[in-house]
Formats: sequence, structure tokens, C-alpha cells
Amino acid sequence: MNITHVLFWFLSVLALFSALMVITSRNPVHSVLWLIVTFFAISGHYILLNAQFLAIVNIIVYAGAIMVLFLFVIMLMNLNKSTEPKKNRWLQWAGAIAGLCLLLVLVAALKDTEIKGQAAQVNEGEIGLIKNLGKELFSTYVVPFEISSILFLSAMVGAVVIGKASPNPSEGRA
Amino acid sequence: MLLTIFWLVIEKLLLIGLIVSLSMVVAMYATYAERKVAAFLQDRIGPNRAGIFGLLQPLADGGKLFFKEEIIPLASSKFLFILGPCLAMITALLTSAVIPWSTPLHLFGQDVPLQVADINIGILFIFGVVSLGVYGIMIGGWASNNKFSLLAAVRGASQMVSYELPMGLALLGLLLLVGDLRMSVIVQNQIEHGWHIIYQPLGFIVFFICALAECNRTPFDLAEAENELNFGYHQEYSSMKLGFYLFAEYINMFISGVVMSCLFFGGYDIPFVNEASWGISQNALAIIGFLVMLTKAFFFVFVFMWIRWTIPRFRYDQLMNLGWKKLVPLALFNMIVTAAVILWLKK
Amino acid sequence: MGASSLIVLMIAAVAFSGIAILVSKLIVKATKNKHKGQPYECGVPTKGPNWVQFNVGYYLFALIFLIFDVELVFLYPWAVVVKKVGWLALVEIVIFFFILFMGFLYAHKKGALKWV
Repeated sequence: MNITHVLFWFLSVLALFSALMVITSRNPVHSVLWLIVTFFAISGHYILLNAQFLAIVNIIVYAGAIMVLFLFVIMLMNLNKSTEPKKNRWLQWAGAIAGLCLLLVLVAALKDTEIKGQAAQVNEGEIGLIKNLGKELFSTYVVPFEISSILFLSAMVGAVVIGKASPNPSEGRA
Repeated sequence: MLLTIFWLVIEKLLLIGLIVSLSMVVAMYATYAERKVAAFLQDRIGPNRAGIFGLLQPLADGGKLFFKEEIIPLASSKFLFILGPCLAMITALLTSAVIPWSTPLHLFGQDVPLQVADINIGILFIFGVVSLGVYGIMIGGWASNNKFSLLAAVRGASQMVSYELPMGLALLGLLLLVGDLRMSVIVQNQIEHGWHIIYQPLGFIVFFICALAECNRTPFDLAEAENELNFGYHQEYSSMKLGFYLFAEYINMFISGVVMSCLFFGGYDIPFVNEASWGISQNALAIIGFLVMLTKAFFFVFVFMWIRWTIPRFRYDQLMNLGWKKLVPLALFNMIVTAAVILWLKK
Repeated sequence: MGASSLIVLMIAAVAFSGIAILVSKLIVKATKNKHKGQPYECGVPTKGPNWVQFNVGYYLFALIFLIFDVELVFLYPWAVVVKKVGWLALVEIVIFFFILFMGFLYAHKKGALKWV
């Protein structure tokens, strides 16, 4: 039971607890904050696996950009406790069943994988370091890298189309 | 073995305590400096009542903030209302972690590096913490349950994320030169090959403008535009929580001055001299380096204040145009040219 | 050692802000009053809901930022190894940006980057 183990268990418990808090919080802003805590816990796991670059990218992109968007949406749609819509009971059941199915599939898939029984390379894996990542990305994975730009292009076009749907731009101005 | 770990912990704790208190003291005296600079630029005297030259003014201000009654709006979400300023303060304090303040000290027979954490993603750590800086403003402004605070928060958040982009691109030009993300390596590289400002003037200009915008300083202080938004995102705040927002702004300013001097102006390096050949002790060198670093940082803080009291505020559309249509292409151009030159010279 | 000092700094920052807020709460005597808790606008009581809807433009900028931010993240690994991967990678980056520039141009043409 060295310090890495202690950190691992602490981070795991933190990640699971905050993920649970995300879905049980009544206030959507609290949910967003708990989700940020979850991302921090996952980043901590990355650091334990010696993948500092992935850890910080996780924080920059998820905690620093995507969660800001979530907050924007919550503020824009004015979601808070008092305006929470009544949810259909059947929908809740359907959601629970779908979630359980996903869990079942994941467990079934992970049960037979080779990962099982292998110890994680704590503090010694090299692939997460930025230099190795750069070499891999720009030699072996060039085509996926270029294709990802098309993905970004479509995302951008989609954002513009949805955001500028209103023909009259002065509408809904604050 | 255990003893060395013990010493390491003590050393880091002391360093962290020192850096946190240094940031606080600098932030306090930056408020004083701001008023003195404003007075100087406007041909006034400025604060001169508390102590000699008004030097005790920050203490009086701090004490006042501490003892003021705190008012929490009834309709606000109370937890988020308190969390907002705390987040602003925490993110402001965290940035200082990866900064190499000076050459190592030599104490009790061992070298003590004056850097909290020399992690191998140093510069990205700063970028990450900057990207988290939005939350303090956003959550505080939203939780206040005030139309003006909300508008200011949204403005501030949109502005900060927009200017993060050219900032990151400007950093790329620098990384192409150095080839390492560690802050200590970046400073060392400048000591060996000359300051980065010589190689990256365009990158520095973009970075400087973005630093102004990220700190919410004039001409980018649209989140605190008092004549359109009453007071800005911290309108409903009082007492220590207001103090946190104000302090966080000044800490950010100081730290961005330090970061700029580390990245572009050689950090603790003294130009044109080789201080290692002076034959003075290592500790004296470290202290001189630290003072040099502080001088550079204070110069940038002064420039920030100078700009604030000279230039009027941008309009929001001008702000967005500058960010997206001028700074982003400029920084991209800078990056691609830098890369091409580096590859060409390598041949 | 680097990461653990970071954790210590994080704890120190959290503790510092928490303690300062707590102390100021403890030593200050506050009186509650219904009118004190009203949102402040200009002296006149506020009208309508306070969480008003704001312009979608702010959100749009954040959305486009997100896309560019992800690209930026791709460039950092390149910047570190630029001397090893050579001209080919630079050409790849230029193509990458050319495709994105199309998107940027589209957004510009549609006026998404224009403030109304």
C-alpha cells in the first residue's frame, strides 16, 4: 500500500462519487461543477499513468472549454430548480433500462479482454509523453489526423447553421 | 531516506507559503500602485494619508474589506455565490506553481530549486489554469441573480475564451523554438541563445494583448464596464468576497507579468552579462535573479496600469473582431513562418 | 515530486480562500433585512425575472472557440517534435489549417463572427 495505491483509490472514489453527484444534483449548475470535479479526478489518473499531456489536455478541453459551453447553455435556457420540467415516469424507466443495458455490454466486453489481469504501467509508461505522442501522430496516424480536420469543419458548419438559424439577427437580443 | 523526504516536504511547504504570501502582498500593493500611477498620469497626488506616502493605504483597504458587512442577495443560490470568488482566487493562486523564480538556493548543504513544481507540461499547465479562470466570473455573476451581473458574466466568459485561442497559438511559436514545455528549460534556452523577444516579437505582441484580455484589464474590461453595467460581474458582492475578486485580478496581473518575463524576457536572466562569472555565492546569485525577475514583472504591471489610464475601452464588436479576425490569423501566420524558418535553418 | 507539490499548492489555495471567507464571516456582525437582499440595479426595485435570456452570439463564439481549442491541442505535440518530423508535418499542418480555414471563411460569410 504505497502512495500510488492510496492516490489511485482516492481518485477512483472521487471520480465515482462526483459522477453520481452529477446525475443526482437538482441544480444543473451544481451538476456541471461536479462534472468538472470528475474530469479532475480522471486527469489525476492520467498523471498516475505518466501521461501528463493527456491529463492537461483533458483539463483544457473538457473542463476549460466544453464545460463553459454547458454553463452557457444552462444560463441561456435559464435552467434552475424552479424551472425544471416534469419528466415522464416512463422516460425515466426507459433511461434506467438503457443505462443498465450499456453497463451489461461494457461488463461483457471487458470480461474477456486481454487487459484483465495486466497491471497498469504506473509511472513508467512512455506513450503518454508529449514527444512520443507527436512522433506517432505525425508519422503513423497522419491520415486520421487530416480526417479529423474534416470532422472539425463539419462541426463548425453545424454550429454556424444552428446558431444563425434566425433570419432576423436583431431578434432575441439582450 | 525518510529525512530527505521530510526536508523536501518542508522545503516545498515553505516555498508555497512564500509564494502565496508574495502574491498577496504584491496584489495589495498593486492596488496602491494603481492609484498612484493613475494619480501620476492625471496630475494628481493620489493616496497620501495613511502612513508616509500613503504606504499603509492597502492595509487600511484590506482591513475595511475584511470588516464590512456581507450581504447575500435573497434570490441568489447561496453556495454558488460564495463559490464564485473562491474559484477566482484559487485559479489566480495556482498559476504561480510552475514558474521558475530564480536559480537554486544552496541551503544546509543541498540545492533548493525556487520552483514549486517543474512538471514536464509546465507551459500547458499555465494555459489550463487560465482556461479555468472563466468559472470564477461566470459562476459568481450568474449566482448573483442580477441582470447586470449576468450580462457581465456572459460577456467576460465569451471574451476570455475567445482570447485564449490566440494566446495558445502565440505560445506555439515559442514552443517551436524551444522544443520543450518545461518552464525551466524555456528560461535556460533564453540564457543560452538570447531572449525570445528577439525571435518572437509578433508572438509577444499577440501574447501581451491576450494577457490584457485574460486579466480583464482596460481596454478589454467589458465585464466591468461600470458605465453600462453598473459595476460588473461582482456587483452584488461585498466584504471579503468582493475583496477576493479584486485581489484575484491583481494577482493575475502580477502573475501574467511574471509569465511574460519568463517566456519572452529571459526570466531571471540579466542581459549582456554573465553573472555566474562574478564569483559571488550561489545564494547571492539566486537573490539577484529573483529581484531581476520581480523588476521585469513589475515593469509589465506598470505597463498594464499605464494602458488602463490611457486607452479607452473597446466596444464589444471591436473586441471580438480584434480577437478573431486579427489576432488569430496573426498568431497562425507567426506559427507557420516560425516553423518554416526553423526547418529551413536546420538543413 | 512535481505533481505532489501541485496537489499541496492546490490544497493551500483552497484552504486559504476558505479560511479567509470563514474568518470574515465570523467576525462580521450582519443584520438581515428583506430590502438588503434585493438585487441592486439603480435604486428602483427590479422588474421581471433576473435570469434574463441573453444573445445567442456569446454562445456561438464559445462554440467556435471549442473547435479551435481542440485543434490547438493537436498542434502542441507537433511543436515539440518539429525538428524530427520535418517538412512533411508542416505540409500536413498547412493542409489541416486550410480545411479549417474553409470553415472559418464559411462562418465569416454567414456572419457568425460578426457581432450584431
